[in-house]
Amino acid sequence: MGAFGHYLAAHLDTLKSEFWALFVGGVANGLLYGMIAVGYTLVYGVLRLINFAHSEIFMSGGFAGYFVLRYFVGSGAPPAGMSSVGLIILGVLVGGLVGAIVATVLERVAYRPLRRRNAPKLAYLISAIGASYFLFNLAGKEFGHLAYSTPQPYINHPVFHIFGAPVQMYFVIIFLVGLVMFASLDRIISKTRLGRGIRAVAQDAETASLMGVNIDRTIAITFIVGGTLGGAAGFLFGLNFGVVYTMGFVPALKAFTAAVLGGIGNLRGAMIGGLILGIFESLSLVFVQAAYIDVVAFGILVTVLLVRPTGILGERLGRAA
Amino acid sequence: MSDMIFNVEHVTLRFGGVISLNDVSLHQDRGEILAVIGPNGAGKTSLFNSLTGVYQPQEGTITFVGKNGKPLSIIGRKAYRMANAGVARTFQASRMFSAMTTFENVKIGAESHRGIGVVGAMLRGPATRRDEKHSDARTIELLKFVGLTEKANAISASLSYGDRRRLEIARGLATDPQVLLLDEPAAGTNPSEKQALVKLIRRVRDEMGVTILLIEHDMKLVMALAERIYVLNFGSVIAEGSPDEVRANPVVVEAYLGTSTEEAESK
Amino acid sequence: MRVWLTKAIVRRLLITQSIVAVIELMTGPAGSNSQPVYGFSHSFGESSSFFGLFRTQRWVTFFFVGLICWGVASFWISQGSRVRKSVHDALAFPRAATQKRPVRWGAMAVLLGFAIILPHVETAPFWQAAMVEQIAVYVLLAIGLNVVVGFAGLLDLGYVAFYAIGAYTTAWVTGALPTPALFHHALNPFFAIPVAIAIVMIAGIILGAPTLRLRGDYLAIVTLGFGEIITIFANNLYGITGGSLGSNQIPHPSIHLGPIKYIWGLAPVPYYYLALGFVVLFIIIFSLLERSRVGRAWTAIREDEVAAESVGINPLKYKVMAFAIGAASAGFAGVLTASQLIFIFPASFTLQFSINILVLVILGGMGSIAGVVFGAILIQTVTEFLFHSPPSGYQPQDLYIYLGALLVAMMIFRPSGLIPSKRRQREIRLSEAEHEGHLDEVLTGDDT
Ligand SMILES: Nc1ncnc2c1ncn2[C@@H]1O[C@H](COP(=O)(O)OP(=O)(O)OP(=O)(O)O)[C@@H](O)[C@H]1O
Ligand SMILES: [Mg+2]
Repeated sequence: MGAFGHYLAAHLDTLKSEFWALFVGGVANGLLYGMIAVGYTLVYGVLRLINFAHSEIFMSGGFAGYFVLRYFVGSGAPPAGMSSVGLIILGVLVGGLVGAIVATVLERVAYRPLRRRNAPKLAYLISAIGASYFLFNLAGKEFGHLAYSTPQPYINHPVFHIFGAPVQMYFVIIFLVGLVMFASLDRIISKTRLGRGIRAVAQDAETASLMGVNIDRTIAITFIVGGTLGGAAGFLFGLNFGVVYTMGFVPALKAFTAAVLGGIGNLRGAMIGGLILGIFESLSLVFVQAAYIDVVAFGILVTVLLVRPTGILGERLGRAA
Repeated sequence: MSDMIFNVEHVTLRFGGVISLNDVSLHQDRGEILAVIGPNGAGKTSLFNSLTGVYQPQEGTITFVGKNGKPLSIIGRKAYRMANAGVARTFQASRMFSAMTTFENVKIGAESHRGIGVVGAMLRGPATRRDEKHSDARTIELLKFVGLTEKANAISASLSYGDRRRLEIARGLATDPQVLLLDEPAAGTNPSEKQALVKLIRRVRDEMGVTILLIEHDMKLVMALAERIYVLNFGSVIAEGSPDEVRANPVVVEAYLGTSTEEAESK
Repeated sequence: MRVWLTKAIVRRLLITQSIVAVIELMTGPAGSNSQPVYGFSHSFGESSSFFGLFRTQRWVTFFFVGLICWGVASFWISQGSRVRKSVHDALAFPRAATQKRPVRWGAMAVLLGFAIILPHVETAPFWQAAMVEQIAVYVLLAIGLNVVVGFAGLLDLGYVAFYAIGAYTTAWVTGALPTPALFHHALNPFFAIPVAIAIVMIAGIILGAPTLRLRGDYLAIVTLGFGEIITIFANNLYGITGGSLGSNQIPHPSIHLGPIKYIWGLAPVPYYYLALGFVVLFIIIFSLLERSRVGRAWTAIREDEVAAESVGINPLKYKVMAFAIGAASAGFAGVLTASQLIFIFPASFTLQFSINILVLVILGGMGSIAGVVFGAILIQTVTEFLFHSPPSGYQPQDLYIYLGALLVAMMIFRPSGLIPSKRRQREIRLSEAEHEGHLDEVLTGDDT
């Protein structure tokens, strides 16, 4: 024992007493990371590249959702009951829609011309970084450089308790939306024609194209699906943390970590990776100051990339989901 | 014990469920021209990759005896270390530095296996300059040896298939190897180029004293060159012997008939 | 007859008009938190004068500009594709490799002479300060990042970290940080130069050795994170870095070596000459390096890593080397900035910064030293111009929007930059040609 022993003992006590509260917060964050991570994983699956501008899809979903709430709720008192539910559904839909639109434009402008030319990988990365930089700075110009706090479409009260830890309305919403999104995504990818196309391209684009899959269309759809989830996640994130033009950077870096953790290219891996990262990060709040939480996530990223770059479930969109 | 250069014992290499090499044992003597044949997917390239440190087999041992006669265990060694130890190779689908000239391709081979000397390179000291001169001279010599002098300043992407093969051979030789591994050197070449290739490979062994390990589908070329042959099928060695023995071996004939002899020979 | 109204032409019209709309947004007035849609509505609706000729709403002006661009583009495109030609160019015999590359001593001497007299020609304090803080420093950073991105082909998005380490090292060895100085006697910044360069190079090795094993895209994201982490540490480790306020106690450099005595003070011009000296030094070292076997090994790794390994090149070693060598000039730039401004704080070392440097390299031409120097001078001069006398509606932050758009545009239209490195250009063209099958066409000769 010694100083370190005391430190550990004290912190373990905190961990025990706070565990469930942190756990619930971690799961909520984790679901959001998972939703963003899906965008990375899908695009990686079909194009074998990391969509660096995904953070801006998330950001634009956040702003879209903000404007919906600003219009319908404004500075008035938060509504309750069915109108809350309606607003949240609307916010998710609009956030998702705008995310999908931005993703589509992005694919058209920053990726497709390069794909046509078979540009080297470095060119894709640079183009994507340029697009990301362009988008968030443009948002900064249009919406100002200060953060907006989002009007609340519901009253955030504890809905129920888990082992004595209160579960806020916000967490319930994220949980439900996340569940619906993941369930429908899983169905789309594994059961529909569209999903089969995506999986075929992911496994072997050339063969898929010979078998009559339209590559351009499949890639566009992949971006739309990833953009929808990313945009919706942006809305949900904005509900709690407000929106600002740089809001995409940190969550996207973490979502990317989640995608790698679960095995990039692997859908279920993205969800599981998101949850693991969210929970781990939340629990580590007991041991490190909040300012260093991003460092923890980054440490996980580097460790996973170095130790097991294929992630927990392994790469491969074709096999999973 | 004769003068062995490679000794492969019970090597097994897997990729997930696929077994590329299954308990393979073989050996090669110094100075020997040895061929490995077998149908498509038999594991020939995998064997080369295991010998050059590109793949790491899960089981077995591979020993390489370098210039100084000290045996070296290959498994676990990186590819560049094998190159530095004296194992040079060419690739099945030729891999050149395609935006460089023929000359530069070979020069990189000539200088890369020696120490780096960053500071010297930065300041361009006398030692560096001497080094460069030496590499240039060696490159010119090798280009002449393989008959590419005229194409020295051509961008290597503009070379014909035959010339690309010769470029790869020159680049491999530039690293001063003990043994040169050739993965289907005749693929994509025309009959006259093939004849020139047979001569060139012989000269590599006779004049430079470099041991040759060869993968080839073209039976005529194999029979003309090889002193001994191993036959691989589904990752296992199914036969070994002189060209005549192998040709007469019913097991080999069956392995090839199983996939169609014509196809294998036309490749 | 409506033959001319083909689908492609209509599509092109739509594309041109969309681009024009984006430019309208980029150049329009800004919104703010109290008026979040002001920027949008006024970018299109605000009335503006067209070179004083007539007044109309912005969208009308832009619409017609778009039409003109569309016409020009359509004409240009109808002149035929240039792909074949570029493949031919790529395959043409370059200068014989055994021949020495002509060094344009004359041109270089003229440029250097111009750089030397420049502070006596341009005497406005704003520009004299800009020459050091905004141009010389960025040139140093660009030629360093060029070693990593251009020579070794590694995308480093956390390059600012090395600049920050250089600056903080200066503060540290001069005793300007809360933590005790490195040596017993605090050094003056002039002698911090070698120390800072050594420390950033070591940092390059420490960061590079584990991460440079990663694939290119993973490396980019890891370096991005690393740049961010450095800022987090600088911001939060009060006891060591001085937290978000940083340090404002850094002395100016001076030399006292026997008869040589010199003190740099507040005036920017002496710093300019110090920087110029190091720029020349780094340019010489880096270009010698590029033409040495080290440079050739970098090229080999970039073009085909497997083949490079097969001739005995250890890719990791050379990549780490590129990282460390590229970091050196950033380290010096850090010393220069810290000792001239005498203060440093974490907010100046952001992600934005890394990307700005990347733009300079990409615009100039990755792998081309002349290109990146030109790119850096061009962009930084324009930036300072815009900062000094902004056109109406322009805010300094708008710059980043343009830089982002520039990156995308360069990748689409001119990936090898304004003054391309011949080799890089050939690599890009060949890889593109191979894909399209143009290479085989040209090689087999049926391209008439
Ligand atoms: N990197 C790899 N990952 C997965 N499987 C591999 C890999 N390399 C080789 N294999 C598998 O190992 C088996 C042997 O392949 P190999 O390339 O060694 O055959 P080969 O004898 O060289 O065939 P060919 O005559 O067509 O060149 C094949 O089934 C192949 O799919
Ligand atoms: Mg093979």
